[in-house]
Amino acid sequence: MAEQIVFYAFSGLLIIAALGVVVSRNPINAVMSLVLCFVTSAAIWLLLEAEFLAMILVLVYVGAVMVLFVFVVMMQDIESATLSARFAPNLLPGLIVGAVSLAELLVVVWVRREGLPIAAVPEPHPADYSNTLELGKILYTQYVYAFELAAFLLLLAIVAAIVLTMRERPGLKKQNISQQVSVRKEDRVRLVKMEPESDA
Amino acid sequence: MITLSHYLTLSAALFSISIVGIFINRKNMILLLMCIELMLLAVNFNFIAFSRYLDDTAGQVFVFFILTVAAAETAIGLAILVVLFRTRHSISVSKMSSMKG
Amino acid sequence: MNIYLTVVLAPLIAALLAGLFGKLIGRAGAHTVAIAGVALAFALSVYTLFQQLAGAAVFNETVYTWMVLDGLTMEVGFLVDRLTALMMVVVTFVSLMVHIYTIGYMCDDPGYQRFFSYISLFTFAMLMLVMANNFMQLFFGWEAVGVVSYLLIGFWYTKPTAIFANMKAFLVNRVGDFGFILGIAAVLYFTGSLDYATVFLQGEKMAGQTMELFPGQVWSAVTVACILLFVGAMGKSAQMPLHVWLPDSMEGPTPISALIHAATMVTAGVFMVARMSPLFEYSDTALSFILVVGGTTALFTGILGVIQTDIKRVVAYSTLSQLGYMMVGCGASAYAAGIFHLMTHACFKALLFLAAGSAIIAMHHDQDMRNMGGLKKYLPITYWTCLCGSLALIAFPGTSGFFSKDALIEAVHAAEIAGSSYAYWCVLISVFVTALYTFRMVFMVYHGRERMDDETRSHLRESPWVITLPLILLAIPSLFLGWVAFDPLLLDNYFGSAIFVLPQHDVLAGFAAEYTGPVQFLIHGLQSPPAWLAVAGVATAWFIVLGRPDLAKAAADQWPRFYAFLMNKYGFDDFNQKFFAAGSRGLGQFLWKYGDMMIIDDGLVNGSARAVSGLSARLRRMQSGYLYHYVFVMVIGMTALVGWLYWGFD
Repeated sequence: MAEQIVFYAFSGLLIIAALGVVVSRNPINAVMSLVLCFVTSAAIWLLLEAEFLAMILVLVYVGAVMVLFVFVVMMQDIESATLSARFAPNLLPGLIVGAVSLAELLVVVWVRREGLPIAAVPEPHPADYSNTLELGKILYTQYVYAFELAAFLLLLAIVAAIVLTMRERPGLKKQNISQQVSVRKEDRVRLVKMEPESDA
Repeated sequence: MITLSHYLTLSAALFSISIVGIFINRKNMILLLMCIELMLLAVNFNFIAFSRYLDDTAGQVFVFFILTVAAAETAIGLAILVVLFRTRHSISVSKMSSMKG
Repeated sequence: MNIYLTVVLAPLIAALLAGLFGKLIGRAGAHTVAIAGVALAFALSVYTLFQQLAGAAVFNETVYTWMVLDGLTMEVGFLVDRLTALMMVVVTFVSLMVHIYTIGYMCDDPGYQRFFSYISLFTFAMLMLVMANNFMQLFFGWEAVGVVSYLLIGFWYTKPTAIFANMKAFLVNRVGDFGFILGIAAVLYFTGSLDYATVFLQGEKMAGQTMELFPGQVWSAVTVACILLFVGAMGKSAQMPLHVWLPDSMEGPTPISALIHAATMVTAGVFMVARMSPLFEYSDTALSFILVVGGTTALFTGILGVIQTDIKRVVAYSTLSQLGYMMVGCGASAYAAGIFHLMTHACFKALLFLAAGSAIIAMHHDQDMRNMGGLKKYLPITYWTCLCGSLALIAFPGTSGFFSKDALIEAVHAAEIAGSSYAYWCVLISVFVTALYTFRMVFMVYHGRERMDDETRSHLRESPWVITLPLILLAIPSLFLGWVAFDPLLLDNYFGSAIFVLPQHDVLAGFAAEYTGPVQFLIHGLQSPPAWLAVAGVATAWFIVLGRPDLAKAAADQWPRFYAFLMNKYGFDDFNQKFFAAGSRGLGQFLWKYGDMMIIDDGLVNGSARAVSGLSARLRRMQSGYLYHYVFVMVIGMTALVGWLYWGFD
């Protein structure tokens, strides 16, 4: 019973937040709604006993990715990003396509379920069950190559993001390391021969 | 009693909302990216629900990878946005039509 | 095996040497290798014939398997039985004579080596044809002799009439070959094999099968196959109405007319029918068809010979007529008589052509008989050999032509198949016609007033020995071959298993019962109509040419329309020109204007370009360049795809 209350409560919150993302006029509101989406999703994922992923969702998405979003939104002019009449032209086709897609998905889920174990409810895992441990076991054995690829992908994303956003400002004074290293003493030191001078 | 169908319905709703979002937020790139995030969230929902109800941890591994890829995608997408904003002083999609032949 | 390969390859190698290295080996070298090659083939052919006569087994082996596909084998192989051996000797003998003759005839022609190369190549192709043991090789030989014939008719390729003639020969032969290849296809379809032995075993089975050519018309399979094969023979052996190319082929050098267009290639059709006797025997319809076509050809082309003035054309029309005889013989199931006539005809017709060539050289390549006359005293050897050939041609009692032709006429007379009485009357009347035009030619050329100008007359002299030697060598069999070959061929069933005749068709069986030998046949022949018709023909010719020379002109003036009709060769050429040639030109025009210009050029080539640019002009509006449009299309497409997956795969 408690489970159902949690599910419906968070589901309702999730749907409202998702609608908020879609319809809010102010981009900041949309970002905040998306954060709410992620948080409520994490809660529902806990209900599904995917504790590790729920934590990851909160930490990585809410903690890092959404900060990035906020940062970019802040970068630009809020006023220009807030378009007053932005629903008008595409609302109807959007609603139609959305409704069709929803109908299709619901037909699959409820009508043409193709023998899915819809009614069965799995037993909860015992108290000493560790989702993180189980995930780690197969992630580092069976999926280790995919894992390494994902790591490489992230590295690539880091490098790409830096390369894309870095810019050279004119008039910036920087060291040129290779020139410094390859310098020869002849360029810097001039030996001069001269007669000793005496005060006599 | 919460069955698999409930979770799938929730995810379907989330997905459809994000589709509508793509249609009505067509001018704003950031919002488009956010709608895509929402879609991915819906997909992840499906994976986790199936993983739970079919008792197969592999589904969660997929979610793990999707999160990784989505994070990378968001990072690069936002980086592109920053560059775009720097060069064109706008991120409005309606002004991006240089692909037009 | 090695013998047969040598027989075939010796002329081929000679042809390659003379053709490819003609400049290197020179004129003497070219004719030496060519004659050596053919002489070797001739010697080995004679050896083969004697082996067969001594009772050697039939040789039937594959030399080389070209390809095997889906149970169908295409191979090169030799079938050497008594029929083949006989044909080999005939082909190589005449070829050898013509080779020797060519040295004299072509001596001042710039294309000397080329000519030797061609005739050796022809010998190779003809040997491949007669020695084939399967339909594929038969077809190869068939087409190869056609190609060489084409090349040789147009040998003097700067002469427009020669080019026209070789084009005509080629096109008319295409018609026949189309039927021929359809016939081979029919044989393959019904028997599943191209090998003679396998196919011939199934002749009776094929007679039982039927096919529906047009809705509601059921034909026996063997009839369809045989008539189609015979259409091929009609093209190659110049039977009506596909005979039109042969008179024109006289544009080629005379040795060619002797070798290809009289003695060997044009008889390939006769040989083919005889070889296919196990099939033809089972189709009375096809045999009747052959009888009617052969009889018509024998009589009506002969009549045309009477009014010709070109010496070679007279001989050419007589060839057509004699080919008709041979076909009639085959149609009456007297294949042995047909082949017998083929053999004697090869000798005396080659002789007549070569003699005509000799006269033509003497006349400095003037072929018009109206300019000749009285050549007898200038060209004694040519005259006497020509007379031998002419007597053989008109079946003068005692010559070899008499035995073969009279036997053939007797056989047709005895035949009971439909169309045989028509054919009998045709060939009988044709005996008179043959005698008439042959001796008209002899009298016009060698007797009477000397009509040539003084300049030419002062140069008239007998041809060199390389020309007269073949004439003499050919005159001997023209006179005496009949005596030798009569017994084995007609009475003693020489061919044995090589030719198959159903008992109810076997007209030659009664023959063997009636006659005991050539002498008795000769005595009988003297009392039968053909001999008297021949004599009457000679007398008429004498009367027209020497007795009352003005009569022919008077007759032509009396019936101008009939004369014009004959001069137009019954209008076949006009009809072909107006109907087929003009028709196909019209069709070409139509296809060019509408098919090519309108549909292909305008419709397909430019049209597709227009369609692409028009369509893309419309499509490029969809390519707005706006990112969100693409996103929309993607999302809508995805939704549609999911819907299709639901309802499309129930």
